[in-house]
Amino acid sequence: MWTTKSFLTKTKRGNIIKIVREHYLRDDLLCGSAACNVCPHKDDELVLDEKPESICMLFDYPHYLVLDTNVVLHQIDVLEEDALKNVIILQTVLEEVKHQNTAMFQRLLEIINNKKRKFYSFVNEHHKDTYIEREPGEKQNDRNDRAIRKACAWYETHLSINSVDGKFPKIVLLTDDENNRKIAVEEGIVCCTAKDYVENVTGVIGLVDKLSKNVIPETCSKDALYPAHLTPSQIHEGIRNGKLYQGTYRASRDNFLEGTAVVNGFEKPILLQGHIGINRAVDGDTIAVEIFPEEEWRRPSDIVLEDKADDPGDQLEEEAVLLKVAKPVDKSDEEVTPTGKVVGIIRRKWRQYCGILMRSKFPGAVRHLFTPAEKSIPRVRIETRQSDVLAMQRILVALDSWPRNSRYPLGHFVRALGPIGDKDAENEVILLEHDVPHARFSEAVLACLPPNDWTIPEEEIKKRVDLRSECICSVDPPGCTDIDDALHAKALPGKTGDGLKRYEVGVHIADVTYFVRPNTALDKEAASRSTTVYLVGRRIDMVPDLLSSNLCSLRGGEERLAFSCVWEIDENANIIHTKFHKSVIKSAAAMTYEEAQIAIDDKSRNDTVASSLRILNALAKKLNRKRLDNGALSLSSPEIRFQMDSETHEPVEVAAKKILETNSMVEEFMLLANISVAEKLAAEFPQCAMLRRHPAPPPANFATFLKAAKQQGFDLDVSTNKAFSKSLDEAVIPGRPFFNTLLRIMATRCMQQAQYFSSGSKTFEEYYHYGLACPIYTHFTSPIRRYADVIVHRLLAACIGCDSTHAALLDVHAAVKLCDNLNYRHRQAQYAGRASVTMNTHILFNKRVEVESASVLAVKRNAVHVLIPKYGLEGPLYLPSDKFSYNEEEHIQTCGDIVLKTFDELTVRLSLDSTNLQHKKLVFELVKPHIPGFSVDVMDVEEAKESKKVEANSKQTPDKKRKEPALNKSAKKKSKKK
Amino acid sequence: MPGPDLLSSQGLRLDGRRPNELRRIQCKLGVFTQPDGSAYLEQGNTKVLAAVYGPHQASKSKCLQDSVVVNCQYSMATFSTGERKNRPRGDRKSQEMSMHLRQALMAAIKTELYPRSQIDIYVEVLQADGGAYCTSVNAATLALIDAGIPIKAYVIACTASLAWKEGEPEPLVDVSHVEEAAGGVVLTVASMPSTGAIGLIEMSHRLHMDYFDTVLSRAMQGCRDIEVILDKAVREHLAEGWTKSTDDVITI
Repeated sequence: MWTTKSFLTKTKRGNIIKIVREHYLRDDLLCGSAACNVCPHKDDELVLDEKPESICMLFDYPHYLVLDTNVVLHQIDVLEEDALKNVIILQTVLEEVKHQNTAMFQRLLEIINNKKRKFYSFVNEHHKDTYIEREPGEKQNDRNDRAIRKACAWYETHLSINSVDGKFPKIVLLTDDENNRKIAVEEGIVCCTAKDYVENVTGVIGLVDKLSKNVIPETCSKDALYPAHLTPSQIHEGIRNGKLYQGTYRASRDNFLEGTAVVNGFEKPILLQGHIGINRAVDGDTIAVEIFPEEEWRRPSDIVLEDKADDPGDQLEEEAVLLKVAKPVDKSDEEVTPTGKVVGIIRRKWRQYCGILMRSKFPGAVRHLFTPAEKSIPRVRIETRQSDVLAMQRILVALDSWPRNSRYPLGHFVRALGPIGDKDAENEVILLEHDVPHARFSEAVLACLPPNDWTIPEEEIKKRVDLRSECICSVDPPGCTDIDDALHAKALPGKTGDGLKRYEVGVHIADVTYFVRPNTALDKEAASRSTTVYLVGRRIDMVPDLLSSNLCSLRGGEERLAFSCVWEIDENANIIHTKFHKSVIKSAAAMTYEEAQIAIDDKSRNDTVASSLRILNALAKKLNRKRLDNGALSLSSPEIRFQMDSETHEPVEVAAKKILETNSMVEEFMLLANISVAEKLAAEFPQCAMLRRHPAPPPANFATFLKAAKQQGFDLDVSTNKAFSKSLDEAVIPGRPFFNTLLRIMATRCMQQAQYFSSGSKTFEEYYHYGLACPIYTHFTSPIRRYADVIVHRLLAACIGCDSTHAALLDVHAAVKLCDNLNYRHRQAQYAGRASVTMNTHILFNKRVEVESASVLAVKRNAVHVLIPKYGLEGPLYLPSDKFSYNEEEHIQTCGDIVLKTFDELTVRLSLDSTNLQHKKLVFELVKPHIPGFSVDVMDVEEAKESKKVEANSKQTPDKKRKEPALNKSAKKKSKKK
Repeated sequence: MPGPDLLSSQGLRLDGRRPNELRRIQCKLGVFTQPDGSAYLEQGNTKVLAAVYGPHQASKSKCLQDSVVVNCQYSMATFSTGERKNRPRGDRKSQEMSMHLRQALMAAIKTELYPRSQIDIYVEVLQADGGAYCTSVNAATLALIDAGIPIKAYVIACTASLAWKEGEPEPLVDVSHVEEAAGGVVLTVASMPSTGAIGLIEMSHRLHMDYFDTVLSRAMQGCRDIEVILDKAVREHLAEGWTKSTDDVITI
């Protein structure tokens, strides 16, 4: 059945050792072609057609394609298009692709697995007739090329065997390697370049647009604008002897000629400035940096600079503006940052980018610029013949290369998302940009669901604690359909040893894990999505609708499965006893926060619902007090709520979210449940419990914030969370009630992100949750919308003996990987939510101009950052440098006797600037304090509306842009209710 | 958990085998004349020599009244792995291996037949490429047969591991060094396939119970497959009769 052959490899691992591996050659590997009369195929093993139809004009006979590695690596977008069929992917190619680019490899596998595409992967390396040994002195690449040619030749002869009529499919080799092509022709193999082949394909529109641009080698210095990158071996050498550093490039969001690299061993990120300093690095790339001597270090420029709108051609524009500002260096200056330049790219982290096409000024041109929606990504030059159609669309573009002689990176068109301004297209952009999986649930996933009319089976009820007679109710925001928590409380007879009253309080969480069984398609999909994403007016569910809004949703009056956490609590909110069990409940009422508040306040109501709510409310206040005494931070972040037009689904009004007492009541008990569960899990599963931690922020984060607070006369103590919480409470200015909230909003921005982790990966001290001031915490209460909770449910069920464990649940490595994904998706979901709010704000302000009071959040060199409390909106108010002077030490802007500093209250005018379709931005203009020649008059408001269009047309678009809210800084606190 | 890809998308392992296929086995009995029994066994690139002395009179201190004393010694040649390493006899690993060998072989040898006697079994690993213990057990079995020592049945050892194919668990039989080094679990079983008895079982990592049975049954199947091959080799060796043949390697 098999023959054997062993071969020798030499490898370097510090010292050279010889590795001997076996390599079995087989005679039972199939060719996969229906035209073959030799191989014993079964029906489902036939991938390639017997008579493949040719769609290329160059080869008008039936043929199969064999791809070289470089074609797969560079033209994956062409391959993904449903055009080329009957393709043979050799194992040699597969291995090389896997070795060079895992992402590409995954995409290739996906194509191969799609039966309709008719891609066959042939294991030539283990086939007895196609395996070749590397010859002495032959390079690995050359051997692989030879292996590919050998396989081509084999296919030709193999298919011709026993061919009845002599009409068998030919083989066409696609390769972009000139040398390979030459030898192939000599050996009589038909071959051509991917470009020639694709350009001659008939009947598929737009395939040519997806061709990746040919890569010009780094060594080519013709018309070079940028210095060459070092070769990988030079970089390796440089890093080893300490001359170079490896880091991740982060482009500045404000200034396209500036970026930073986070490098190990440096406290501050390394500053990179100018075209040459950045040298074609794109946000996210792993780069090699050379750090300048200390006397050349600069400070980050605090100006806002945007890439110019028109295409300057292949030349680098003046960088004087930037460099002038950055120049003055004083050694004692705290803000001087280690500065360096990019000398090489270690790994590109390019993905596909959403954005819009900026058509070339010349009609009929095929080269156009593409502006990505993501501001940290440079513009991209693409070639397309469909610019007329694409100009008004949101499109997706992939980056190909960035040769030295090109001002912009080169890319190619991938697909169109929809017209600009169309709500669905814009949502699609948000989802794609934040890598939110939002495709419809697959058939395999839907097959895991119970039937629509599912009811709780009798035997399941028998296994559970029956709480249907308890008066349980849920409290949620209005319009919430995925209700995952409900509460109950009742007084217990008798008193505790201290003579205190006893209560029983229960938190009941939807039992999602009953439906989402481990390792099913449904489970895998939920794990990959990790969280439900809430956009304004749209929800991208983690689990299908049937579960999230029906079977798992604890709706009023319906029997539902739940996972309950029941405490015995005394009057002073001390926990006497905790128990966990699976249960069946029947919620008495699904209330909104407002309804619950009314029920509590309405003295005339004495029903069980109202009285249990009152118990809960009283206990929650005590719990809250305790938590705050422990040092929990009560932070704040502006959250806004849109009222949507019921027909057009456009926002009609916006307001900051209202917080009621009942909000915090529910939150308190959710926190309590989460903490109780976390303690239980950490004790039972010291290696693999899913927990959530919130690291204390490093003191450096607070620097600017403390300075600003000091200007208002408050010395805040940030040494511990307890001290910080206390000093925040004391920082109150009578008559300015919003000041304290503002302080808390800014404090939030100094925080770190909370994150999921597996208990085995951190020490117990690191479990600490800074924001909540509790030693251990997890997420248990929202399994419908968070996958972490699903895992926690499974762990808890396993340790109380309700359910069996499964392998992945107890695997430490799997847990760590899962946490990474959860954290990533969680962050992306937050960003997506905020992006959606921004987009809707733009729609809302499209038609109006408002005058509102605002507060200054931060002072920059050419702008102040303002927040409008009423809407929770924020953005920059640009200040002209001829009127204002900036004091760097104090962070203040002065104009005559008017001083602008952080926390100042202003009156501003709000309107929308739509001149740039890609980056619509809210424009803030100063109304009060009045500065002649700069401020706008309130009277002008009406006029402004009229003149807006005119203004927009006249070329008065200063180099400003809306600063995004400080996304990465703001911390997620608490178990936020949606 | 689905660790490094031990299975390609076409279902082949790194060296081109399918999950249920053993490595190539070559063996030769009676390679030395000095010992009472000897055997040379190759399983893929793992190569082992085994020699058996005895039964002979046991030394006074070890002597047992009712059964034979089995003395095993396992050692690895300096040149047996990629990196040359001096391995003194009796280091910890060898000692452990010796004990495991003894345990597996004791299960098969009819010890009650030779009271007050001793059997010495020496195993030398010439080249190690995964599953050195298994090959040692198998070689020792062959050497015992060559020495004519009565055994209840063949003791055969085999390893099995677990790989993932499209998210589904797929056990691998007869694990090579590359697969061992990939970090997955390795289950070693020494059994007597004809009776189904297990003489020794050992696992390198934790494995969830859900998968244990499939991995174990794959290892047992491996033992049965190896037994068939070795049995054939023994019969062919015997068929040659007592004619002195020293240099024909039996290839299956």
